[in-house]
Amino acid sequence: MKIDLTDTTAGKVNKALVQGRRAIGTPAVGMVLTLVVVTDEENAYDALKAAGDASHEHPSRTLVVIKRVSRSPRDRTSSRLDAEVRVGVDAGSGETVILRLYGEVADHADSVVLPLLLPDAPVVVWWPVNAPLDPAKDPLGALAQRRVTDTYASEQPVRELSARADSYTPGDTDLSWTRITPWRSMLAAALDQVVCEVEAVEVEGEEFNPSCELLAMWLADRLDVPVKRSLSSGPGLTAVRMHTSEGAIALDRADGSLATLSIDGQPDRAVALKRRETAELIAEELRRLDPDDTYASALRFGVERLNASASAAVNTAPAPAPAAAPAAATATAPATTPATTDPSPKGEGAVAGTALEAAAEAPATESAPQEPPPLKKRAKAT
Amino acid sequence: MPAVYDLANRGLLPPGFSLVGFARREWANEDFAAEVHDAVKEHARTPFREEVWQQLIQGMRFVQGTFDDDDAFERLRSTIEELDKAQGTGGNFAFYLSVPPRSFPVVIQQLKKHGLADQTGGSWRRAVIEKPFGHDLKSAEELNKVVHEVFEPDQVFRIDHYLGKETVQNILALRFANTMFEPIWNRSFVDHVQITMAEDIGIGGRAGYYDGIGAARDVIQNHLLQLMALTAMEEPASFDADALAAEKTKVLGAVRLPKDLSRDTVRGQYAAGWQGGEKVIGYLEEDGIDPKSKTDTYAAIKVEIDNRRWAGVPFYLRTGKRLGRRVTEIAVVFQRAPHSPFDHTATEELGQNAVVIRVQPDEGITVRFGSKVPGTSMEIRDVSMDFAYGESFTESSPEAYERLILDVLLGDANLFPRTEEVELSWKILDPIEEHWDKHGRPAQYKSGTWGPAEADEMLAREGRSWRRP
Repeated sequence: MKIDLTDTTAGKVNKALVQGRRAIGTPAVGMVLTLVVVTDEENAYDALKAAGDASHEHPSRTLVVIKRVSRSPRDRTSSRLDAEVRVGVDAGSGETVILRLYGEVADHADSVVLPLLLPDAPVVVWWPVNAPLDPAKDPLGALAQRRVTDTYASEQPVRELSARADSYTPGDTDLSWTRITPWRSMLAAALDQVVCEVEAVEVEGEEFNPSCELLAMWLADRLDVPVKRSLSSGPGLTAVRMHTSEGAIALDRADGSLATLSIDGQPDRAVALKRRETAELIAEELRRLDPDDTYASALRFGVERLNASASAAVNTAPAPAPAAAPAAATATAPATTPATTDPSPKGEGAVAGTALEAAAEAPATESAPQEPPPLKKRAKAT
Repeated sequence: MPAVYDLANRGLLPPGFSLVGFARREWANEDFAAEVHDAVKEHARTPFREEVWQQLIQGMRFVQGTFDDDDAFERLRSTIEELDKAQGTGGNFAFYLSVPPRSFPVVIQQLKKHGLADQTGGSWRRAVIEKPFGHDLKSAEELNKVVHEVFEPDQVFRIDHYLGKETVQNILALRFANTMFEPIWNRSFVDHVQITMAEDIGIGGRAGYYDGIGAARDVIQNHLLQLMALTAMEEPASFDADALAAEKTKVLGAVRLPKDLSRDTVRGQYAAGWQGGEKVIGYLEEDGIDPKSKTDTYAAIKVEIDNRRWAGVPFYLRTGKRLGRRVTEIAVVFQRAPHSPFDHTATEELGQNAVVIRVQPDEGITVRFGSKVPGTSMEIRDVSMDFAYGESFTESSPEAYERLILDVLLGDANLFPRTEEVELSWKILDPIEEHWDKHGRPAQYKSGTWGPAEADEMLAREGRSWRRP
């Protein structure tokens, strides 16, 4: 059921929500959180679809805030709020309100959103594009416990990562980080199988893909070894190679869906690491609403330091791959904390179980040269 | 007026029910009827039916006059007597006094002088009074004296439309008809109670009434303290007016104010800002408001109830205009589990359990508790279980005024605060108002937010926070 309201106020939208719920015969509110999606008209459809899919796992009230561009001085001075209220089958599992803000009110979106938040339930703000540089200081971001940005969608991802590190506030998170969860659990699982000392790591992936930087920083931060970020033509992340005291460990994913895990002295194993849809990422993000300390610490490691410390013996060849045998069921890594790399102390260890499905990046295959990681050798004993 | 119509439409009014308007306006009976007609058409809850309207209009009269005009009251008397004969009202009248406080004494005296308030042989005379019931203890006592001189105390009905709300009456049902709530409804389990009444509108055209009165006198003294009394009182011996009033009086008498009033009370005034997508002006910029006014449009106070059940449990009452949204609710917030077998990260997002009675809008009850988030990890988060009236009771809940007017006609005083309750409420509020008068100024808060930062600090000092209602 849809209710259209033009030139309206938040109070009227609230009434329409109650009315809509009553009309479809389920007046009770069983939603667990409010998801605020801040976007432009162009990306609204995809974002809404992803939010709708995610709502099947997390019944939520979705508020889509669309700031309309004013094209004339007259438009800028006038101010109008239009709303589309969807309940029932049109709104996934929950309720959706699409708010279109024209003119001056666009700068005061928080005044519209605040009255529409579910009572006392957590608030998550997600910017699919054009996230503010300091999400916690953004008027809308200030309403939320959890602020989801997506560096992947930005013009200069690496620069934005640095900015995010500077402005990091507990509760910030980024979909580029969510995308590498399966990679992280797989790598942690791999290190669990071999008793070894990691000496150096190389992370290889397409350019303009902040997930590669984040994964590299996470490894550098956790393992305290030099990590090199190198380029490939994608799609997304293509490989992680670890040089250890017991030989090489490599996780190679050339085609964006099926990866090979090779460990020296063990047979190669196939691992499903499919790139995931946005809806899946959002659903995963919504599972935890407390600050992600692992992300913070990886982010704070700093992109510059990553490049600077990319040193030492990274020139190890990808692991020799002997006997190919038992594929599949590789994700044996139990949630027990692995030697050094814990995918996250925040309980995401359990992801290891489910992680077999996929890592993800949005599809993209631009290739243009971008600051290649300087391969300076700087032996730094750890 | 719409409430009267709805009652008629549901067949709850006695036959021959008549309605007489008295005002200064130069109206004929027809003008009055037309005015009522418009109000009914626009606001009545039940569909408009011509035959019901025809029934009502037969008994509708208008008397023009001012309060000090003896002739007008004579006309009023003759009109009523005429109606008595024509409509057979049996000599029973209820006077609904919607007049400014200062006119009260003169109106009451006029009614007495012209013999309108004399009960004769089995018929009754009732007076319905709207808030404010005075503006402090002294004025309330005076007002009560004036009214009781003419009307019997048990024939005076102080209308507080909140008490007519289904959910408010349901507080009693919830607490005393069930077994699962009452055992935990005490200091052993309850951490604190928050009672909120928030409005999204400003003072509108009521500058003259509001300035100098303020949010605390306008709302806390009557609505919020009544809601608190119902939430905190002991079980009454029976569900009749005397027993209820006795329990409410007891609990109001046990209220203790905090020692440091600057610390545990907060008042504010709304400043210009954006509310719900509209640009709005601040209180001091409103028409007819003194730019130096110290009137509070937001008030938050902490009180405790000194009895065995509630010792040490703070009750936080807050009200304000131009807040986030229009909502009234009572939240009983419980203590955390004394021991948690889960690790810290699993319960990081788990709040405190709560039972929330939603008084308006969207009346109902919400129970809030922790639940595991689906997934492989143990992660516990707050969820809420909702009960909404629309679903469980198919007939739409009667509007508060309807219920209250009907009660007046039936002489059922269950839902009307008594003299003693009103006076006790003022005893609670007066020291706060005096303190505010002498110290400081109201804090400014941006329109459309949930009140001044000081109010958040007031709770934060005790390790608590306001619910976002």
